[in-house]
Amino acid sequence: MSSTLEHDPRVIAERTGFRGVLTEYRQRLWSGDIGQLPVIVGLAVIGTVFQVLSDGRFLTPFNLVNLTLQMAAGGTISVGLVLVLLLGEIDLSAGVVSGMCAAIMAVLSVHAGVPGPVAVGLALLAGAAIGALQGIWCTQFGIPSFVVTLAGLIAWQGGLLLVLGRTGTVNLGDPFITMLAGRFFTGTAAYACVALFIVYVAIGPLVTQRRRQSAGLTVPPLAFVVIRAVAITAFSIAAAVVLDLDRGISLGMLFLVGAVIVMDFVLRRVRFGRMIYAIGGNAEAARRAGIPVQRVRVIVFVLSSLFAAWGGILGASRLLAVNQSAGGGPVLLNAIAAAVIGGVSLFGGRGSMWAALLGTMVIQSISNGMDLLSLSSGIKFMVTGGVLLSTVTIDAVLRRSRATGAR
Amino acid sequence: MVAAAAAARTPLLELRGISKRFGAVQALTDVQFNVFDSEVVALVGDNGAGKSTLIKIISGIYRTDHGSIRWQGGEVSITTPNDSSALGIATVYQDLALCDNLDVVANLFLGHELAKPRGPLGVIDEVTMERRAVEVLRRLSVKIPSVRIPIASLSGGQRQSVAVARSVMSDSKVVLLDEPTAALGMAQTHEVLELIKQLRGQGLGVVLISHNLANVYAVADRITVLRLGRWVGTYQAARTSREQLIAFMTGAVPGSGEVPVVSEGAIGEHPGDR
Repeated sequence: MSSTLEHDPRVIAERTGFRGVLTEYRQRLWSGDIGQLPVIVGLAVIGTVFQVLSDGRFLTPFNLVNLTLQMAAGGTISVGLVLVLLLGEIDLSAGVVSGMCAAIMAVLSVHAGVPGPVAVGLALLAGAAIGALQGIWCTQFGIPSFVVTLAGLIAWQGGLLLVLGRTGTVNLGDPFITMLAGRFFTGTAAYACVALFIVYVAIGPLVTQRRRQSAGLTVPPLAFVVIRAVAITAFSIAAAVVLDLDRGISLGMLFLVGAVIVMDFVLRRVRFGRMIYAIGGNAEAARRAGIPVQRVRVIVFVLSSLFAAWGGILGASRLLAVNQSAGGGPVLLNAIAAAVIGGVSLFGGRGSMWAALLGTMVIQSISNGMDLLSLSSGIKFMVTGGVLLSTVTIDAVLRRSRATGAR
Repeated sequence: MVAAAAAARTPLLELRGISKRFGAVQALTDVQFNVFDSEVVALVGDNGAGKSTLIKIISGIYRTDHGSIRWQGGEVSITTPNDSSALGIATVYQDLALCDNLDVVANLFLGHELAKPRGPLGVIDEVTMERRAVEVLRRLSVKIPSVRIPIASLSGGQRQSVAVARSVMSDSKVVLLDEPTAALGMAQTHEVLELIKQLRGQGLGVVLISHNLANVYAVADRITVLRLGRWVGTYQAARTSREQLIAFMTGAVPGSGEVPVVSEGAIGEHPGDR
């Protein structure tokens, strides 16, 4: 068996060694798959700039814990949007769905006296139903998702107002609901969570490396994988130590990272995830390959609304209230911007789930940093818009260079 | 090969008396066609001769109005693309049907990923998939820089080769190629023609549609000529000159219906070395 796998340079000229990795990375960059490196560099720049401008107030344990709290809700909505964008579709209703589902939970809990977990479950169910409705509408009538979810954006905004009724604002008191965002893990519990993260992100690739090596396949140089693993491990432990100096790791942040890890695994390693990429890349090819394109689309819309609802619940839990502006304003646009900044192509098929986490980190860091500098919200919006525009421009330029430079 | 032994063999795929009508247009009338294993059959004819219609009937996109389809000697009905691929017929479309954003391995296994447990929630076994992909590409002598780069960064010929190799991955017995070299340069065309010979060497039956008679003569064992939706005849490539073939295609020489569908001697030969 080993003879069939012997290296034959005439047939497969696989590039090996460190230079091979660089060449392959350049090739991927060229083909429009920008990966996570640019956004990590961007985060480092943003962190440094704000640290200097704010006289050292940005990178303090207190402010970083605040940053994680600010990230949880928007990041979770972004997880769903990444899935939709990978399909080459869009979900404009995610923001208001998050608000309406939070309102459903609040009204059930406060006005109807439903126990917290049940209220949360019913709100999630409502989110899933909305997603199913929108997904089926798109696929059955062949209407672009932009239009269907735009209608949803308007309609569910009305739904939010109707659910909240005359009171306008519902204050949350249920201990289960307030715990979702308000609970913190410190000490051993926090480090255990970080250890799990390290196992998935840093140790996982090392195991894959060994499996590929023993199967006789080409592997990236060990040094490359080890450096990456060490960097991630060092950063994660540093983050845990810093957060632990203040209140610790919030449950909301854990939910977000957990969702990202689970969905990242689904996208990269599970057939369903491969179907999403295939449809986003070439829906007709996917259909001819026997992939149930319409069913996958509906399921992704359900997931998108489900994550939106969950994000809305986390947001409400943090604010301890739901009001008429829940899920409105910049919520949707920030979630889309986060995905795009994280390298997800608006044209479908390119990007990774880590965009939801890293992109949200960029957006919230900018927002948080400018709050520290007491800049007006006018400037905040302008800067966020500028960051979004420049990342989309990078995406578009890379795509064009690929289209014209295809050899 | 002995003619008698060859005549005793059953074709992999056999179409008899196929007719197809679209409204006022009789696209195909009483067409005969067959393909054996380890054989390349070219399907030629002028524009509108019915080549594409015939291919679409075989691949299950259209249903035939009259006539019978036999697969390995047994009568079958092909009404959907799934029927066709379930039998072991792979169609490589002109527009390729690859996902640009996925790598070569993912495209070779698209829709048929090896996963545990089975089903859409199974975890993909990338290692086994990559090993098989490398094996198949090597067996077919397909030259690509790496099996882990996206299709987008391959040349036209390499993409076509990946699309053709996919039919081998799915254990198909008959491969339909619709103008596989239409958009390719000379070197890439040569690559794809070599691949077609490799497929024949692996025991597959290949059906090739091409306007380019030089390509047809480079690989085909037999040539089926259609004209205005009618079957003109099936000829052995080695015994038919290009002038004769053009005459049949243009109708300058009337269709010689006497030419047997299974011309003796052609079947079972391996003229790949000529």
